Amino acid sequence: MGNLEATRPFPDSEEMEISFGPQHPATHGVLRVMVRVDGEKIVDAKPIIGYLHRGTEKIFERETYNGTIPHTDRMDYTAAATNNQALVGAVERMMGVTVPPRAAYIRMILAELQRIASHTIWLGTHALDIGAQTPFFYTFQERETILDLYEEYCGARLTLNCMRVGGQPFDLPEGWTGRCGAFVDQLPARIAEWERLLTNNRIWKLRTIGVGVISAANAIEWGLTGPPLRGSGVKWDIRKVFPYDRYDEVDFEIPIGANGDTYDRYLVRMEEMRQSVRIIKQCLAKLPDGPVMAKVPKVIKPPKGEFYFSVEGPKGELGFYAVSDGSTNPYRLHVRPACFINLQALPELVRGHLIADMIAVIGTLDIVLGEIDR
Amino acid sequence: MNEQQNVPPQPPEAPKPPWEEKPVPPESRDAREHEQVREIAAIVPDAVLEAVEFAGQVTVTVARERILDVCRACKEKLEYKFLVDLTAVDWPERPEGRFDVVYWLHRFSDSRRLRLKVRVADGVEVSSVTGVWKVSNWMEREAFDMFGIYFADHPNLERILTWEGFSGHPLRKDFPIEGIDTGAAIYPDVYPPGGGPVAGGEGE
Repeated sequence: MGNLEATRPFPDSEEMEISFGPQHPATHGVLRVMVRVDGEKIVDAKPIIGYLHRGTEKIFERETYNGTIPHTDRMDYTAAATNNQALVGAVERMMGVTVPPRAAYIRMILAELQRIASHTIWLGTHALDIGAQTPFFYTFQERETILDLYEEYCGARLTLNCMRVGGQPFDLPEGWTGRCGAFVDQLPARIAEWERLLTNNRIWKLRTIGVGVISAANAIEWGLTGPPLRGSGVKWDIRKVFPYDRYDEVDFEIPIGANGDTYDRYLVRMEEMRQSVRIIKQCLAKLPDGPVMAKVPKVIKPPKGEFYFSVEGPKGELGFYAVSDGSTNPYRLHVRPACFINLQALPELVRGHLIADMIAVIGTLDIVLGEIDR
Repeated sequence: MNEQQNVPPQPPEAPKPPWEEKPVPPESRDAREHEQVREIAAIVPDAVLEAVEFAGQVTVTVARERILDVCRACKEKLEYKFLVDLTAVDWPERPEGRFDVVYWLHRFSDSRRLRLKVRVADGVEVSSVTGVWKVSNWMEREAFDMFGIYFADHPNLERILTWEGFSGHPLRKDFPIEGIDTGAAIYPDVYPPGGGPVAGGEGE
């Protein structure tokens, strides 16, 4: 008897439960969502994560502070530079290190290039999921140029490991600023091209407007950060609220949406790319001379204490909470992953929508499972 | 001629920029008189056990039984609407309870952040704050999964990053970094207990 009941999970209704993922191309990794559906309408959804858990926080405790940097590359592998930036920022502040201005500007350039690279992946795959195949090829072309710039700077294209406690490991190679400048000069025209494919596209609008709506108050309650929070109309950006590096010396706007739906989040990210171009241009123009590494001790040993430092990553607020016991290894290094917390709101965003809309919502949250599972 | 008289007067040495100096690490200070701490002490008396400021960040240690009151007061009266982070730290040797549960709050009105902390002994429950901030749901599940801290009244306290049936809590300091024998747990027909791939047995 008991077994018979179990085959029909909800005996009083026509609802059924389906398992979406973990191996599904539209989940952007190994995400599994248990969806309760009535026909094709979603009654409830429950994300199940952890398929990519590698115990990164446990590994951190074994490494020296600089030794943890390569592990951060592998969390949000589409945005290694901002991960590095958050980690070294936390350790530097615990030690009282001031980064030389040239290093701070190089960091900002790398981080903003990373934001563009991350958003190009998001746009390409998000549009692909919804059915627009073309933008994918356009966006990945530009991303390739960014990866070439990274390769020239630090030798790696994806897992950059491009920052150290106290500054930058290397100065920019000769001619790099010129090539970077040429790239950002032509980028706004490319962004306009992508927008021509989507912004006024009727199918795109039908698939995104009014889908996955979240109000500003609810977004704060669910702890959303980054474009999902700004899409709901909250003007909130760590680069403005707690300026790090030299973000207080450059001009840029924080784009916000009005309706908190998938379309607004799309517009916010498109504008963010333009603002990143603006920041990079100012950084290249202002790039000061001088050393790229501060005078830090050979052995990094922050004093006893705890510190939380966060940066505005492409996905949201990425924070590192470091606890030091005064030794060379972090006693505890906790990551505040933006994707993990943004994903938690998924059931809230998809209830009442169709399964096809859930694909759009997963895309618009812009999650990377490497960071969620760590 | 006296050579020393011919040396032109040297300008006073310019101070070195901070990045060329030896870094001066910040020091922890008592912060009982800090404005953010006084606000809490005024609303929830006797809850604050300790307050420390380090590098501009204030940490308030709160009595375990009062954490829900303090969180509620912080959100409703002091406008800490946003819970940024919740995690735990393991201090196995500490007599007053081995775990720290750490809450990191933000308020939008003046962009200030505050860290709350409770000390919890192994096996002792701490109140869940899911009723105060919805976002804490997954964060508490993660702390439960990684440290084995029980959150009372949590709507769904399940493991989140490891799988159901996993034994142990990986971020405890006494959990071996090379992992435990999960082979026997998943493939009992292949691996004998203790003989899994990482137990040094005959798993391979």
